[in-house]
Amino acid sequence: MYHYNDFDEAFVRERVSQFREQVARRLDGSLSEDEFRPLRLMNGLYLQLHAYMLRVAIPYGTLNSAQLRQLAYIAERWDKGYGHFTTRQNIQFNWPQLADVPDILLALADAGMHAIQTSGNTIRNVTADHFAGAAADEIEDPRPYAELIRQWSTDHPEFQFLPRKFKIAITGAPNDRAVTKAHDIGLRMVRDANGAHGFEVIVGGGLGRTPMIGKVLRAFLPTADLLPYLEAVVSVWNLAGRRDNKYKSRIKITVHELGIEEISRQVEARFLETRAEFKGGDQAILAEIGSHFAPPAFAPRSTAAYEAARSANPAFRSFADTNLAAHRAQGYAIVTISTKAHGATPGDMTAAQMRVVADLALAYGHDEIRISHEQNVILPHVHKADLPALYLALREAGLATANVGLISDIIACPGMDYCALATARSIPIAQEIATRFDELGLEQDIGALKIKISGCINACGHHHVGHIGILGLDRAGVENYQITLGGDATETAVIGEKTGPGFAADEVVDAIERLVRAYLALRLTDDEAFVATYRRLGAAPFLDALYQREVQIHAAE
Amino acid sequence: MTVIVTDRGFADDDWVEGAALDLPTSTDPETLRGQLAGVTMVRVQFPSFADGRGFTLARQIRRMGYVGRLRATGPLIADQYAMARRAGFDEVEIPPDLAVRQPEPQWLARANWQAHDYQSRLRA
Repeated sequence: MYHYNDFDEAFVRERVSQFREQVARRLDGSLSEDEFRPLRLMNGLYLQLHAYMLRVAIPYGTLNSAQLRQLAYIAERWDKGYGHFTTRQNIQFNWPQLADVPDILLALADAGMHAIQTSGNTIRNVTADHFAGAAADEIEDPRPYAELIRQWSTDHPEFQFLPRKFKIAITGAPNDRAVTKAHDIGLRMVRDANGAHGFEVIVGGGLGRTPMIGKVLRAFLPTADLLPYLEAVVSVWNLAGRRDNKYKSRIKITVHELGIEEISRQVEARFLETRAEFKGGDQAILAEIGSHFAPPAFAPRSTAAYEAARSANPAFRSFADTNLAAHRAQGYAIVTISTKAHGATPGDMTAAQMRVVADLALAYGHDEIRISHEQNVILPHVHKADLPALYLALREAGLATANVGLISDIIACPGMDYCALATARSIPIAQEIATRFDELGLEQDIGALKIKISGCINACGHHHVGHIGILGLDRAGVENYQITLGGDATETAVIGEKTGPGFAADEVVDAIERLVRAYLALRLTDDEAFVATYRRLGAAPFLDALYQREVQIHAAE
Repeated sequence: MTVIVTDRGFADDDWVEGAALDLPTSTDPETLRGQLAGVTMVRVQFPSFADGRGFTLARQIRRMGYVGRLRATGPLIADQYAMARRAGFDEVEIPPDLAVRQPEPQWLARANWQAHDYQSRLRA
């Protein structure tokens, strides 16, 4: 885990005092509302539907127990006793008062945290594989590089007033759990022919109103060239990106309009200039950062207690089968704690639950916690011998829902319940779908299925890359939900295909049930996942089910 | 009259030595190659404080080896002073009404732009 050095510490405290002054200068009229707006946004403060919202960075998704406790404290002291984990590894507090925000930022600084560049036309919080440092399939832990990028992008003088926001995701594993192909820049760790580590640099991915899968800009970038190369890309886009239309200003549009070859030519030319400016200081800092991420001391212990609990307790076995992932160390597991109890708000966690997780991380998890873009909480290093006790404690706190990767493990944006941009509600749809399939008792039988819900075209709920995507729109004042099928957020990323007309709020859960029942009838084996059946058969039989067409008519065509 | 902001605070414009090169922020820096020899003042004209192209333009002008005076002109806000200095500008020229609304102390508060700077550490 990275710990702030004296420089980081002084930086965040200076930044808090600058923001305190900015709030005062807004109130005394020195700053106009237009001038204050980007300043509050680059410090994480939004103006939402009902109130301000503070978005706090969880850099590359990594926290320790003291930091999670501090988030719990903030939730209780200045908010309504809960926080909301987002699809970009942030936590949002929905009800802060403007005058309290500098004090909240100071409380974050006390725990080595911040809300810098979680919004605005800046380089945003860098996201990473939530299993980093623990996954069995990893080439290298990407978090030291992510921290290096955090330091480079923080308060970068050229990049505080970009054409639009700029999002970077990084993974150290071939199995992409960081959605790198749907980011402005995605970095995938790869090896060259000699075994040296580098990055495949993907540019111009993104969701939103113009979803695009990123293109490879550099097949192999030596790790030592990371910062000068990123600087070259953002520098080129800062001048070339469109500023006449905010819907066309993201780098995906620049790449689309100029072509990947022209962008590549400009970036490589700029890179020759930027690389000359980095003389080794960044690599010395990277080496120092790396020492913070040394793996914990994994100890060999018997897993007999784990095996015994599996045999004795079907509920525990179900939790273990669903919520554990393979760890690189013998006898250890990665535990995902679902925030999606059936009927709960995806991503919400109460202060009391945060403290339970913090305690458990300290007791059983080498004091490490992760937040995933799928809005769940992860204990990356738990020995299997400790799992029975961990499970009981989670169950006590309402945190033992065994649904990770299943139909009720839904990504949902805050939607019209909170967000000023939303055109429809997301959370109630997620809650109703989860409740429906729980009542039907079909969840385990259905197996792996990712539903993702966005409450507007900006696609914060990643609906384009859901196996089933749901997009809530406003049709003449009435909520209408459009469905996409076959999306994929992994290394084989694709944008889901649109179906036909959308559904009213009270029709959409039935529509999802028809799709799922069609899948159950169509799959070849119980092991063929929804998306595999969809790829094998195409959209037609699913559309028949969705729109309740007579199958005979289709067969006669 | 416009106000010139430097690390020492507000001053009147002392530029009297003839022609300066005035550049809009939309300037493609590649068109400046070979054009900066003999130039002693470049003014980059920010149409709005939200247009951040001028910061990259300044970096590119410095990367081309320009060592003369480099001025950001336009409605930049005091909070951007450190960014302008770090990007390679020597000074900022602001309209008189802005200098009234954001008086000298608000700009001098960011005259410490060399402190708390990640970039200088990473490029050491």
